[in-house]
Amino acid sequence: MTDATLDHAPDKPGDDHLGYLSEGGHTLWSWLTTTDHKRIGILYALTITVFFFIGGVAIAIARLELVTPAQDLVSADTYDRLFSMHGIIMVWFFLVPSIPTTFGNFLLPMMIGARDLAFPKLNLFSWYLTAIGGIFVFVALLAGGTDTGWTFYVPYASNYSDSNVLPALIAIFISGFGTIATGINFITTIHTMRAPGMYWFRLPLFVWSMYAVSLAIVLAPPVLAMALTAIAAERVFGLPLFNPADGGDPLLYQHLFWFYSHPAVYIMILPAMGVVSEVIPCFARRRLFGYSFMVYALVAIAVIGFSVWGHHMFVSGQSAYANLVFSFMSFMVAVPSAIKVFNWTATLYRGQISFEAPMLYSFGFVGLFTMGGLTGLFLASIPIDIQATDTYFVIAHFHYIMVGGTVSAFFAALHFWWPKVTGRMYPEAVARFAAILMFFGFNFTFFPQFIMGWAGMPRRYGSYPPEFQIYHVLSTAGAGVLGIAYLMPLFYLTWSIFYGRRAPANPWEATGLEWQTPSPPPKHNFERMPVVDTEPYAYHRRSEAPEVETQTDQNEQMGGTP
Amino acid sequence: MTTSAEDRALREPWDDLERQRQAALTGIWFFSASELLFFGGLFVAYAVNFYLWPHGSMEAGGHTGLAYGLSNTVVLLLSSAAVAVAAASARWPALGRFSRACVWVTMILGVAFLTIKGLEYRHDIEERLIPGPGFPIEARGAQLFFAFYWTSTALHAVHLTVGLGLLLRLAIVGARDPQWYSKTPAVNVTALYWGFVDVVWTILFVLIYLPGRAT
Repeated sequence: MTDATLDHAPDKPGDDHLGYLSEGGHTLWSWLTTTDHKRIGILYALTITVFFFIGGVAIAIARLELVTPAQDLVSADTYDRLFSMHGIIMVWFFLVPSIPTTFGNFLLPMMIGARDLAFPKLNLFSWYLTAIGGIFVFVALLAGGTDTGWTFYVPYASNYSDSNVLPALIAIFISGFGTIATGINFITTIHTMRAPGMYWFRLPLFVWSMYAVSLAIVLAPPVLAMALTAIAAERVFGLPLFNPADGGDPLLYQHLFWFYSHPAVYIMILPAMGVVSEVIPCFARRRLFGYSFMVYALVAIAVIGFSVWGHHMFVSGQSAYANLVFSFMSFMVAVPSAIKVFNWTATLYRGQISFEAPMLYSFGFVGLFTMGGLTGLFLASIPIDIQATDTYFVIAHFHYIMVGGTVSAFFAALHFWWPKVTGRMYPEAVARFAAILMFFGFNFTFFPQFIMGWAGMPRRYGSYPPEFQIYHVLSTAGAGVLGIAYLMPLFYLTWSIFYGRRAPANPWEATGLEWQTPSPPPKHNFERMPVVDTEPYAYHRRSEAPEVETQTDQNEQMGGTP
Repeated sequence: MTTSAEDRALREPWDDLERQRQAALTGIWFFSASELLFFGGLFVAYAVNFYLWPHGSMEAGGHTGLAYGLSNTVVLLLSSAAVAVAAASARWPALGRFSRACVWVTMILGVAFLTIKGLEYRHDIEERLIPGPGFPIEARGAQLFFAFYWTSTALHAVHLTVGLGLLLRLAIVGARDPQWYSKTPAVNVTALYWGFVDVVWTILFVLIYLPGRAT
C-alpha cells in the first residue's frame, strides 16, 4: 500500500481503529519524518520519559548518599554533579516540555477543531531541536556531568567550574529554541485555526492554559538563552560580561536567569492547571465553576509571573526597595492561584463525583499545589525567606509545586487521555492504586524536607549534622515509594497498549471536541470539520443541579455536531 | 500532473492562502517579540555595565570604528528599503521580476555588511581590542564594553546570515516558479525578519559607536 492510499484510510472501516497510528506508515522513518501533531506528541512523550527516568536515577543516588550523615557513598564532587544533572534534566528536559509538547501537541488542534497545528514542519523541527539538545545532555552526562547546580551562577559557572558546563549550556540553548518554536506554533494555531463557533470564551481551559504558557514560552526563554550565551562566551572566548574581576556584576546574571526561571515555574504549572480544569468537571459531572475567572486567572498568573523574579534574590545583595516590590508582587501572584483552587473546589459542590485515576491524580494536584503555594507565601515574606534561603524548606516548597503539582497533573492527563491517544483503556484498579501510592510517596519524600529545612538543613550538601538523619532517612524511604509509583504506570500502560480493553470514542462522557472523534483519532482528526455551538463543560443545563438530569439530557448538551 | 500556483504556495493544514498568510505573519511577529527579548537580555547587561562604569564605557566607545559602523548602518538601512519594496511588490505577478531583483539587491547589501564587518573585526584585532591580557584600554569597564561589542555584533551577524539564507531561498525558488513567488507568504515573512535584524542593528549602532564621541 502506498502512502497516497493510506492518506484516505479513514474511509475504510477496517483501518478505523488504528487511526493516526497506522495512517501515514508504520516504519520508524515515517515517525521520524511525520508532521502529524499527534505523532510528534508521542515522539516528545517518549523523549521526555527517557529523561524523566535519567533525572530520577541521578537524584535516587543522591538521596541514597543522604541516608547517612557522612559523605560516604559518592564524593562531594560527584554529589554536586548528581543534583545538578537532576535539576538540569528535570527542568529543561522533563518539566518545561512535559505537558505542552506532549498533550498540548496532541490535543490542542483537536480541542479547537483544527486538522493540525499552524506550522506542522516547524513542529517537527521543534522536536528535533529538543532531541539534539538531549544529545548534548548525554554528552554532558557521559563526560562526567556538570557541577554548577541547575542555576549556573556566575562567576563559578563562567570562570571556575572544571566540569562539563558547555555541553549543558548548549543543550539548554538548543532545546530552549525548540520550546520557543512550539510556543509560537501554539499561539498562531489558537489565533487562526479555531473551528467555526469556537469563540475565545468557548475555548476549553486546557487551550487557554496552552495560550498563557505559550506567551510565557515566547517571552522568557530567549532571556535565558542570552544569559547562557554570555556564560559560554566567557568560558570559550574569555569575553567578560559578568566577571567581577573586570568590574562586572554577578547579580546581573542572577537577574537575567530568574527573569527566565521564575516565569519558567509558571511554564511548568499553567499547563497542569489546564489539565486539572478538564478532569475535575468531567468526573464531577459539573460545569466548571467561574469559567471566565479561570481564564483571567491563567492570564494573570502568566503576566504577574514576569514581575516576581527578584524573590529568588532576597539575600543576594539586591536593594531593599527591590525586595519590597518583589515580595509584594509575589503575594499578588497568589491571588489568581487561589482563585483557581477555589474554583476547582467549588466545581465539586453538588457534583456526582467518581474517583477514576485521573480524578485521584487531580485531587492530588489540588492539595499538593495548595501546600506548595502557601509555603511559597512563607518564602515571599522577606524575614522568613532570609531564614529559609537555601534550605530544604525551599526544596520542599518547589517540589510540592513542580512534582506534586505538575507531575501529578501530567499523570492525570496521561490517564485521562490515554484512551484517546492509544485507543485502549488502562487497568483502572491498579491505576488508582498507583495514584494513591504516588500521593503518599510524594508526601513521605518531601514533607520531612519542610521540617528539616525549617530546622536549618541547607540544600546541596552531601554530608550533614547527625540530628537531621531521621528526616533524610524518611525522605529517602519516601523516594523509594515514589519511585515505585512512577514505575508502575510505565508497566501497566505499556501492558494496556497490547492487552487493554478497546476504548470507545468518549469513554468518560466528557465534553470537548477531542472526544467527538474516534479513539485513536484519524490522521486529520475529524472526518468532518466540527462546528461549535455550545459552551465548554456543558455537563448539565445551566441553573440545574446535575441530579435532576437524565443521561439523555447530558448527551444532548455534550455534542453540537450531528 | 500540474498543480496550480495556489497549491504550491499552500501548505498543510491550510485551505486558503489568506488564512495561511495571516498565520505566517502572526508567527513571525511573535518570533520577533521572542528575539527582541533575546537581544533585550544583552541590552540590559549593557545598561548595567554602562551605569557601573560610565567613563570606561565611553572611553571604550571612542575606540570603536565609527566609519565602519556608520557605513554599515547606511548599507543595512538601504537593504531594509530594498526588502520592503520586494515584499510590497511581490504579490503583483507583473512586478515579480522587479521584486526578485530587490531581493538580490538586499542580499548584495547584506553581504556588503558582512564584508565591512569583517574588515572592522580585522581592524579591532590589530588594535588588540579583545578582552583579556594585553587589552589596550586601562579604564575599568572597557573590557565589559568590548565583551558586549563582540557578543552582540557576532550574534547580530549570525542572525543576518540566517536572513541571507532565507533571501537566497526566495530568490532561487522564485526564479524557478514565479507564480509561487507571488502567492506565498514567505516573502513577507522574510522581509519582516530582515527588518527585525536591521532594527537590532540600529540599536547596536547607537549603543556601540556613539558613546564617548561627543566633544
